[in-house]
Amino acid sequence: MPHAHPTTPIRVLIAKPGLDGHDRGAKVVARALRDAGFEVIYAGLRQTPEEIVRAALEEDVDLIGLSILSGAHMALFPRVLALLKKEHAANIPVFAGGIIPDEDARQLKRAGIRAIFGPGTSLQEIVTTAQRLVRSAA
Amino acid sequence: MTRAVPSAARAILDGDRRALARAISQVENRDPSVAPVVRALYSHVRNVPVVGIAGPLGVGKSSLINLLVARLRELGRTVAVVAVDPSSPYSGGSVLGDRIRFSRRADDGGVFFRSMASRGEAGGLAAATREVTRMLAAANFEVVLVETVGSGQVDIAVRDVATTSVVVLVPHLGDEVQTLKAGLFEIADVFCVNKADLPGAELARKDLAELVGLAAARGAWTPRVVSTSTFPTPPLGIAELWSAIEDHERFLDDSGQRATEERRRLATEIVELVRERVGRELSERIDRAPGLRKLLDEVVARRIDPRTAAERVERDRPRRG
Ligand SMILES: Nc1nc2c(ncn2[C@@H]2O[C@H](COP(=O)(O)OP(=O)(O)OP(=O)(O)O)[C@@H](O)[C@H]2O)c(=O)[nH]1
Ligand SMILES: [Mg+2]
Repeated sequence: MPHAHPTTPIRVLIAKPGLDGHDRGAKVVARALRDAGFEVIYAGLRQTPEEIVRAALEEDVDLIGLSILSGAHMALFPRVLALLKKEHAANIPVFAGGIIPDEDARQLKRAGIRAIFGPGTSLQEIVTTAQRLVRSAA
Repeated sequence: MTRAVPSAARAILDGDRRALARAISQVENRDPSVAPVVRALYSHVRNVPVVGIAGPLGVGKSSLINLLVARLRELGRTVAVVAVDPSSPYSGGSVLGDRIRFSRRADDGGVFFRSMASRGEAGGLAAATREVTRMLAAANFEVVLVETVGSGQVDIAVRDVATTSVVVLVPHLGDEVQTLKAGLFEIADVFCVNKADLPGAELARKDLAELVGLAAARGAWTPRVVSTSTFPTPPLGIAELWSAIEDHERFLDDSGQRATEERRRLATEIVELVRERVGRELSERIDRAPGLRKLLDEVVARRIDPRTAAERVERDRPRRG
């Protein structure tokens, strides 16, 4: 979505698909994005791809961030992308964070995940990448 | 005079949820291009219950809303939720976390949930929230629930938005006093003592009922006090909470207060919109437009005081009515 006003905050959905139980990393990222002026819709744990896509559309977000630790990313992330496509919302960029092996990361990027952050990534890098993804989608 | 109905308005009336979501963003962004959509929808707005769920941080507002939504769906009614959270005064950003408690099935088309950040002062927020609730009513939602932190920094004027205001509290000594201080007592049509599973709940309910009894003389409606707990399965008091809300809605109709209060809210909304627009316009012009710049120079040079300058600005505005 084009921004009506230069100071209109970027809206981002942060969600954690899959069954693994803690969301500390996702919360830290959420807070860093808030401090950079984003409006973060924090959807919490154990979201299904259907719930994530529905939330993204209802909240009219500019960006989606997925976090995962359980290893189910190869099933869940492509499903989110497929559902977005089905809803004609493939223009919403999706980034991901978590423990994702290099080979999987390459495959997910080919599938359309726009950026992938491993455990060592600085918050600053996540923030600047998020801003860039939205700018290039507008 | 007839105007073409913008396609976005058509889509919203026909139940297109993305069109609705986008129009809500435009309202939040104070994007002037949404004006024709708002205008076209206005005559389609029905008087649905707009229920404010207010209360201090962490008392269980979102959990209650989740259960109220489930109750309303049981009753076959469609429902939209607007959850308002504060924006950070430093970064302008926010974390909107009320959706965490929301557990509707992703394929339930009878529900819509939207998070909103307060973005600045309360008056403007109330006006934007009202515009959003009307859009939801035009989109055929039969009940709108609005969650808001009702004390501290984001005091969205719940009364200016909701037809029924529910104030949520938890059983802890001194909460009643805090509530009185925060001005929440005056706005409540229904008090909800949540976390009734915690010790002291029954005492809190009694204290509150007594306070309400003492204050009842002030109006025709005596606020109701309901105890709830969202923890057990099945949860406690949710059906009672909804009945109390419905009783108040019925009272609004029977007493004729719905019409008088809506009139008051609309008046407030117009004032707020004018204040916002005039304020914005003037901020943009005050140090740019030649006449205004000259006036500002005079004030800076201490030849004219700000109050006199404001009067002049005001006098030179075209008037009506
Ligand atoms: N013991 C008890 N805890 C509850 C009950 N309802 C909610 N909680 C807990 O209270 C905390 C806050 O619940 P929320 O529903 O998020 O409260 P809220 O008022 O929406 O919170 P904010 O939006 O942050 O102001 C959570 O940890 C809930 O699990 C209840 O009936 N009993
Ligand atoms: Mg909440």
